[in-house]
Amino acid sequence: MSEITGTGRVKRGMAEMLKGGVIMDVVNAEQAKIAEDAGAVAVMALERVPADIRAQGGVARMSDPDMIEKIKAVVTIPVMAKARIGHFVEAQVLQSLGVDYIDESEVLTPADYENHIDKWNFTVPFICGATNLGEALRRINEGAAMIRSKGEAGTGDVSNAVTHMRKIGGEIRRLTSMRDDELYVAAKEMQAPYELVKEVAKAGKLPVVLFTAGGIATPADAAMMMHLGADGVFIGSGIFKSGDPSRRALACVKATTFFDDPKVIADASRGLGDAMVGINVADIPVPHRLAERGW
Amino acid sequence: MIVGVLGLQGDIREHCLALGECGVDVAVVRRKAEIEAVDALVIPGGESTTIAHLAQVFDLIDVIRSRIGSGMPVYGSCAGMILLANRVLDAAPNQITFGGLDITVRRNAFGRQVDSFEADLDLDGMNESIRAVFIRAPWVESTGPAVSVLASVVSPDGQRRAVAVRQGPLLATSFHPELTSDNRIHRYFLDEVCSKSK
Repeated sequence: MSEITGTGRVKRGMAEMLKGGVIMDVVNAEQAKIAEDAGAVAVMALERVPADIRAQGGVARMSDPDMIEKIKAVVTIPVMAKARIGHFVEAQVLQSLGVDYIDESEVLTPADYENHIDKWNFTVPFICGATNLGEALRRINEGAAMIRSKGEAGTGDVSNAVTHMRKIGGEIRRLTSMRDDELYVAAKEMQAPYELVKEVAKAGKLPVVLFTAGGIATPADAAMMMHLGADGVFIGSGIFKSGDPSRRALACVKATTFFDDPKVIADASRGLGDAMVGINVADIPVPHRLAERGW
Repeated sequence: MIVGVLGLQGDIREHCLALGECGVDVAVVRRKAEIEAVDALVIPGGESTTIAHLAQVFDLIDVIRSRIGSGMPVYGSCAGMILLANRVLDAAPNQITFGGLDITVRRNAFGRQVDSFEADLDLDGMNESIRAVFIRAPWVESTGPAVSVLASVVSPDGQRRAVAVRQGPLLATSFHPELTSDNRIHRYFLDEVCSKSK
């Protein structure tokens, strides 16, 4: 019997198992436990949630291996961690630590302003952010096994997540209505490989799982993103920057599963305490917007 | 016959597609009344702690246990195998299962995602091997007398471990046939398990 690890099917398949779920940012073992107990499908281990990265400034990097190990030790669900865009050595380190997924993330300070990581070289699967279909397909071409719409991390303002999901969904729908001979120009215009463009046009969906992220702070936010075509939801600062993380985490899990049942969402939304205060994306100067990182 | 796919979390869509290709009516079920209305149930791959937690929160444990108790055919892949097992090793604290299958399952037994693999697997009753996809997969550590082992693999520690089991109307696999275009496991569930469990 020939056993093979790190195949495309195994990497993309892992993301399929996360669908319909909520992945939560956690900065320590205690938060990771809260996330698992609330029904998170995975946790993202990082040193500072995006809201704090935004507030404190400075260069944001891969987390301390000790901190990742501690989180791996306390939960049984998958543990993800972030590497800087283009920083393939951070990715090698994370793979050696046995994390289950690497997020090549614009939330951290990019290490390379030209190249992303060549993700085919790894056994561990990668997720990458995208603001539009072309960007998503370029990441998939580099080996990403899962995509998340970027939104604007650390704001609690869902508007950019909506913009990016609608953009990706709209561009996919547009491709499905095109004649075969129009797909060549579509590929050129969105700067994406023709083979992937053709595949999306035929399937009407990305070849990998598509989650959403960046500004989701309430159960209703999570449910709306599911309506817009997300396979699942990342919640970063929205849970542990709120008044009652444990209840809010469970509420977002419930709302993600029953996104099409407003009564369940209403029930889940009761008595959650304060949501994260947040900032309007419009008040953030363009150079400070994280979604602009990556290309 | 209507086959329900438990729609709380996981690769629900892939199971629906596989069952649909086998020509059976499929319904995604997330509520008590929906679960009571189906003739058979598939528990998809996903995160077993999440699915169990949602089943508790939305009060579905009793209805699923009672349907299993009264002989409804159920197939579980990966997380679904864990949820059908009577005993789970390496579970999260307080993790519950629906139970029914007299097996002890070890969660994430093959390791973390970097250890996830695919392999050709010989199954009892199938002429040609199937390509099996194992993702953070469990294995069956021990089985009760009523359980038959349909397939096994040699684990990294050199032991032979059961990865497909059946006990009457209950079928479970550690791997994910729904991730391949090979529908033979789903067909086996419909043709051998469902139709002979009535």
